[in-house]
Amino acid sequence: MKLPFRVQISRRTEEIPKWLPAATSVGAVVAAFIISGIVLMAIGGDPLRVFGFFFRAAFGSWGAFSDIVVKATPLILIGLGCSVAFRMNMINIGAEGQFYIGAFFASLVVLVPLVPMDSPRILVLSLMAIMGILGGALYGFIPGFLKAKFNVNEVITTLMLNYVAVYWNNYWIFGKYSDAGFQMTPTFEKVAWLPRLADLARQYPIFSGITLHLGVVFGLIAAVIIWLILKYSRWGYEITLIGDNPKAAKYAGINIARNMILVMMLSGALAGLAGMSEITGVVHRLQERISTNYGFSGVIVAWLAKLNPFVVILVSILFGALIVAGREIQPSGLSFMIQGTILFLVISSDVLLRYKISIIKCQEEVV
Amino acid sequence: MSLIAQENDFSVEMQDIVLRFPGVLANDHVNFTLKRGEIHALLGENGAGKSTLMNVLSGLYRPGSGTIKINGKTLIFNSPKDAIASGIGMVHQHFMLVPTLTVTENILLGLDEPKFIMNLPKYNSKIAELQEKYGLKVDPVAKIWQLSVGEQQRVEILKMLYRGVDILILDEPTAVLAPQEIIDLMETMSALVSQGKSIIFISHKLHEVQQVADRLTVLRKGKVTAEGISVEGITRTQLAELMVGREVIFRVEKHHQELGEVVLEVSNLSAENNRGLPAVKDVSFNIREGEILGIAGVAGNGQSELVEAITGLRPCTGSICINEQEVANQSPRAGMKYGMAHIPEDRTGVGTAPNISITGNVIMKNYKQEPISSGWRINYPAADEHASGLKDLYDIQAPSVKTQARKLSGGNLQKLILAREISCRPKLIVAMQPTRGLDVGAIESVQNLLLEQRANGAAILLLSEELEELFELSDRIAVIYEGELVGQIDADQADLNTVGMMMTGSLRSNE
Repeated sequence: MKLPFRVQISRRTEEIPKWLPAATSVGAVVAAFIISGIVLMAIGGDPLRVFGFFFRAAFGSWGAFSDIVVKATPLILIGLGCSVAFRMNMINIGAEGQFYIGAFFASLVVLVPLVPMDSPRILVLSLMAIMGILGGALYGFIPGFLKAKFNVNEVITTLMLNYVAVYWNNYWIFGKYSDAGFQMTPTFEKVAWLPRLADLARQYPIFSGITLHLGVVFGLIAAVIIWLILKYSRWGYEITLIGDNPKAAKYAGINIARNMILVMMLSGALAGLAGMSEITGVVHRLQERISTNYGFSGVIVAWLAKLNPFVVILVSILFGALIVAGREIQPSGLSFMIQGTILFLVISSDVLLRYKISIIKCQEEVV
Repeated sequence: MSLIAQENDFSVEMQDIVLRFPGVLANDHVNFTLKRGEIHALLGENGAGKSTLMNVLSGLYRPGSGTIKINGKTLIFNSPKDAIASGIGMVHQHFMLVPTLTVTENILLGLDEPKFIMNLPKYNSKIAELQEKYGLKVDPVAKIWQLSVGEQQRVEILKMLYRGVDILILDEPTAVLAPQEIIDLMETMSALVSQGKSIIFISHKLHEVQQVADRLTVLRKGKVTAEGISVEGITRTQLAELMVGREVIFRVEKHHQELGEVVLEVSNLSAENNRGLPAVKDVSFNIREGEILGIAGVAGNGQSELVEAITGLRPCTGSICINEQEVANQSPRAGMKYGMAHIPEDRTGVGTAPNISITGNVIMKNYKQEPISSGWRINYPAADEHASGLKDLYDIQAPSVKTQARKLSGGNLQKLILAREISCRPKLIVAMQPTRGLDVGAIESVQNLLLEQRANGAAILLLSEELEELFELSDRIAVIYEGELVGQIDADQADLNTVGMMMTGSLRSNE
């Protein structure tokens, strides 16, 4: 069959307009909801009602919104860490493991304990944050060092070390630090809890039940710091140069091996801090499954945000909303379907930035 | 002769081709015609739009407007496949071959035949026949990585001939070849034309054009400055003027220079190549202030490894001293500290970072120094100012210093590298192929910049495959053959013949 028109795909030779990347990303998200809606209709649902419910479940109340931000907090920190590593073409998919080790190191402050539990709250929490950062950084050091010294593929090492971290955690929570045989530690003392808005409910009843905790502030500060590093610092320049052309960086006398290790440590440190924030802000103890695949979602967040620190915050909140709304809806796989569709479409929408698609009527051609 | 026959004389007619890239009009109403059975040279500076025009003809780009007629018929190409089907094939400057496959396998790649069972012997003999017909000698069962650059180029040409192409576009085919290989290529071109093929020959090198082409078209800044004129009777000066738009002086002004202290002292240097085989063997030489030492040699005789060892990019044995400071086996930073500048062979792969701005590229070596560095951060306003100063001084053509390096043409990229390296006030410059692939205007400015540095008392190590350039610029010439220095001669006593024989290993002299 011969169509009266033909689709022509050609490489863009002109500069793309500034608004186009943002427009394609937003368009991809909208398209993902449309496609999901079609799937919902096909299985007999009413997409408008479902999405309406979805929206209310996510943004319908301050409580729901605070839940979203709580879910977004680890994603922000991990997404930032992955962005830094990806800028240098270090594919860190070990944030999950770095998250667990960060959480483990932070809990040692309470479990050993490293400081008496009647110390001031600020001291305990600061020490836990430092331990979380340290744990994540050390766990990032291992693949960084192996890559720098022996050129071991970091994709493999970071992926494998995730399992090691999970089982390392299990060893301690099933054993020495177990709470009466359950696979979790006893609840931490209150001094090891990150302040929550709900703590202020006595003075301000409006905050009652609001779970938002201080961890999100870590995320926001980290975003500013990472932005400053990447945009203005000498180190950020080195990272960008290595990421763009490692041979040119070597030629310019930049120590690539040292930067590989440092970037992996920074990436791990942020994931470690996310682990600390999660156990001190949400679960208040070390236990199994403290991460619902935050480490992997963080990789996706970084890609969707095109490695931009501030966009990481926005994308994390979108993902947080999908997680929260997904809890409220049956079948629960729905939010994963939408997540997957968004990811697929946003990544493939990149094609529109590189190629121009035009429709040509056949009569125009003389062959 | 009837009107129709006259029209059919042309195998290609391109009319009013317009193509716009961001910020530039790459082809501005260009007309181009190719007669059947001729060699038509396409000349122009880098960025003049030659490759763009040929990419339009070979189906890679679609023109904004304009028409293309092949054998009198108006056609629109949507892909190189369409162009090949109409008998047009392009051999790119960078070969597109799979190194681990054989010649025959590379030629068959992407074709519909053979369908499932390869039956290579049958196709080997088919390709051997084709070689016989056009005098293109390559072993069909050899793997690509075993072939020299010249042989690989022959495979690319064979690939096109096997697809039944009548019009061959050769994009700067001589840029990568050794002198003998260039002669072979010219013979091949003549043989092809005598068998009825037509050839478009893109080049910078005026003497080659005069030697081999019938007609020529010159482009300058996207516009045609000479359309299909005959090569007969035109002088090199006229051609250069058509390309550059002003008179070009072919002789560089080299003044006598008093030599100073020894700056670079290399003794018993040896290094291995990437496959772990010895590539530089026990090399010793020195260079003084205000002196240019030229190293001649056929590509692949250890030049790259020698430069990489000296600049700290490759491990080595022996000693390399800059002003009596040992730098062998240290980081590239050590050499820079003692005043070494390096103009690398590979401008895009090593010398610059493609997606980073001009500013980001020029501060590559001094981003840790005041005023570009201030504490932990880079002072980007100061860096931009430094970059735009260099952009003006070295006449780097770009919309702004925020332009990404990948958008610069070869000549402008090289000027950027020279600007960066020379602005560090080097005591020693290691320059590898600094003018390769550049147009006459850019070559002139690069050569003069090097001579200026010589006058300022810098010691210069110059590696080049262009003997003419070595003879003009160098004070002394050394020849490298299979990793050894086989002779060192004062430039005013050297003659092309002797150096040529040393380059092929048939003569040694150690003065």
